[in-house]
Amino acid sequence: MTDVVLSVHDICKSYGGLQASKNISLDLRMGEIHALIGPNGAGKSTLIKQIAGSETPCSGQVRLAGKDVTALDTVARARRGLGRTFQISELAMEDTVFQNVILGALGAGGSPMRFWRNVLGMDDLRGVAEAALERVGLAAKAAVRTSELSHGQRRQLEVAVALTLNPTAFVMDEPMAGLGTAGSKTLTGFLDGLRTQAPILLVEHDMDAVFALADRISVLVYGEIIASGTVNEIRSDAAVRAAYLGDEA
Amino acid sequence: MKAERIVNTSVVAALVLFPLWAWMTDAPFLITLATKAVIFALAGVGLNIALGIGGLVSLGHAAFFGLGGYAMGILASHAQAYDPIFNAPFVLEGTKSMPVIWLVAIISSGLAALAIGALSLRTSGVYFIMITLAFGQMLYYFSISWPAYGGEDGLSIYVRNSFPGMNTLDPIQYYVICVALLFAVLLFTSRLARAPFGLALGAARQSPLRVKTVGISPYKLQLVAFTISGMITGLAGALFADLNRFVSPTMFSWQLSGEIIVFILIGGTARLFGPVVGAIVFVLLEHLLGGLSEYWHIYLGLLLLLIVLFARGGLIGLLAGKERSHD
Amino acid sequence: MSPILLAEQVLNGLQLGVMLFVMAAGLTLVFGVMGLINLAHGSLFMVGAFAAAAVAGATGSFLLALVAALAAAAAAGALIEVLVIRRLYDRDHLDQVLATFALILIFSEGTRWIFGSFPLYLNVPDYLSGPVTLPGGIQYPLYRLTLIAIGLAIAGGLFALISKTRLGIQIRAGENDREMIAALGVDISKLYTIVFALGAALAGLAGALVGAIQSVQVGMGEPVLIVAFVVIVIGGIGSIKGALVGAILVGLTDTLGGVLLPELFKLFMDNSTASSAGSALASMLIYILMAGVLIWKPTGLFGAST
Repeated sequence: MTDVVLSVHDICKSYGGLQASKNISLDLRMGEIHALIGPNGAGKSTLIKQIAGSETPCSGQVRLAGKDVTALDTVARARRGLGRTFQISELAMEDTVFQNVILGALGAGGSPMRFWRNVLGMDDLRGVAEAALERVGLAAKAAVRTSELSHGQRRQLEVAVALTLNPTAFVMDEPMAGLGTAGSKTLTGFLDGLRTQAPILLVEHDMDAVFALADRISVLVYGEIIASGTVNEIRSDAAVRAAYLGDEA
Repeated sequence: MKAERIVNTSVVAALVLFPLWAWMTDAPFLITLATKAVIFALAGVGLNIALGIGGLVSLGHAAFFGLGGYAMGILASHAQAYDPIFNAPFVLEGTKSMPVIWLVAIISSGLAALAIGALSLRTSGVYFIMITLAFGQMLYYFSISWPAYGGEDGLSIYVRNSFPGMNTLDPIQYYVICVALLFAVLLFTSRLARAPFGLALGAARQSPLRVKTVGISPYKLQLVAFTISGMITGLAGALFADLNRFVSPTMFSWQLSGEIIVFILIGGTARLFGPVVGAIVFVLLEHLLGGLSEYWHIYLGLLLLLIVLFARGGLIGLLAGKERSHD
Repeated sequence: MSPILLAEQVLNGLQLGVMLFVMAAGLTLVFGVMGLINLAHGSLFMVGAFAAAAVAGATGSFLLALVAALAAAAAAGALIEVLVIRRLYDRDHLDQVLATFALILIFSEGTRWIFGSFPLYLNVPDYLSGPVTLPGGIQYPLYRLTLIAIGLAIAGGLFALISKTRLGIQIRAGENDREMIAALGVDISKLYTIVFALGAALAGLAGALVGAIQSVQVGMGEPVLIVAFVVIVIGGIGSIKGALVGAILVGLTDTLGGVLLPELFKLFMDNSTASSAGSALASMLIYILMAGVLIWKPTGLFGAST
């Protein structure tokens, strides 16, 4: 399958005696949004960390754009085109919104080892940063200190920074959290169009968004993928209904 | 921001006008005092690149101050004795030329900072503080136990080193050299803070994971920052040694490392002029309180406690308002 | 070098090691429980030594001197904990470094003000002075042997305290989860004061014990403090076991290096060069050991990986 952009093959993770992930395999294909859902504590965060390189799996393989990246760290995976957003914002809170996006542009298209020229005067970086802010609808907030943003806006900023990297695959950890109904509708519309630029592995609790966006859904329960398929397949899957949707209803 | 600019301009004006006044009223002692403040400020500005922008609390910067001092001491002592530093594989003579001494001081303290940083940055937080402190102490003990350059007694240089076209023995001329270097480094630091490097380094202080996620290695940023920081503090050490025409292991002492941090704290962390204000206040306090009481460190200690507990923005913070906190 | 001389040096290293442990234990406990880096721990070492010297001078009793050292250091520790240190728990490390650096200045100058700049002397009591003959014919000072015994006893006591007593359970719980033990009804600020005073008392006792074999003077605490930091970095922050292993490693390395390196260098250098190069290198040995541990295990031998 040549259209697989990101794949996880048979990875596991255990903390002491507790096994957090058991032989998880999933893939992300060109042009799709693949949603990963599951109750809290199912191991979604662990899986994201393993994909992004901040935790090493005890076995198995992570492949990005056809290359085995299991041995690479977060920095190297980002350089290979992994665009990640965080559930709990990881932003330079004392810096302005614009500085945060410029940082992304810097990571993607320039060396940070430049010591003299004002980074805000570098037109190529500005262009990338402004475009990204525009796309997520944060252009008006460019000069605001990041700590003054609402939680939803921080989530949008996370997406904007990921955009500047022009990644080959997005991994987004609950981008809708804290957005509210209107905000989440806007972001849903935006992500809908984004999948053609690069596929998205979407971890999300907002089921409206998941059902509206996902081409495929995988359900993770107790560190195991119990079902994987289209929206309709998942809706009608007995195991899912029992294990997951059951306690939502 | 605006108020801070006024503070900064006043500081620059004071650094120009005060020695000018001292020179016109023929008070060389005050010029020497001002030179000391300027050199301490330079050491603090150096540390502040690592500490203020990068968040790296180094408690071992005396290592670089001392290495700069010994670079001067070793080169000048060989030159004044007409005794080459070594003869094989080639003859290396000492020198009395300041620019060459500065270069050697900057390179040697930079190399040391690179090595110490490479090891210390494998950790963070409290470990980093303890390890930098320990490496500083290592050089202190080494300088005491290595007898070739005076050991515990240190090294005296009879005549201040030379700078082309200047009479360095004239206090005001040596002051001009030092303050010019300070201004040059301040200009460099203010550029660096706004350049891609400063942006990325500041972000790495606030969220290392954010920086990693955009494909930039915080370790490399911090190592480069630590090295530049060590180089500048090393230059300050060479100037300090030339001011006193004397180097000794006390330049490596942990108290000095602490004092360099104190300059930054008094002035205000992450402010461009923080260490400059801090060093001026420190030297003034030392002069004024030191004249009043033998035990002036008690008052310094109390003042520090008050600043840490109740005025976290330092003096510039008090004067210019809180721009940002450092946590 | 004769085996007897070597055995003597091993004992010296052990003696240095256990005293370093007594210093490092307090530091690592305070860091483990409260997350605080305390530069003024060396000042408490000094306070203990001065209190012991003053009381020994006034009463002539070494035992009373030790009691005074413990009491003075614990009281000083409790005092600074209540006045200053507890305001620092939620601060960043920079503030902790600066405030405890300020405390060093205050303690050092205050002590100089009270006792003057000249060193005091604390004598080893008669019943502990003189050498004893150990198996194998080794003549070794009884006092140093006593230090080793006291150090090991303290280590044993601390392990028992941490693993067996109610206070120990609270300390271990505090390392894991502050909110949790607060929720369980433990008075956390009292616990912190007790832990801090305990660490201070240990530092003061070490100061008094070591003060009897070197001079008691202002500034005596900081070199020991920094070596204790090396011990903690090697052993791993927060680990009492790590502090013990690290302290013994550092004590042996420092003592044996100082004796063996010059001897080693004499094999291929002339005597005076060998002894100066040897002692210069020996002065750096523990830091080189620390660097080695950092390369191998950045969080120390027994530290939790982060």
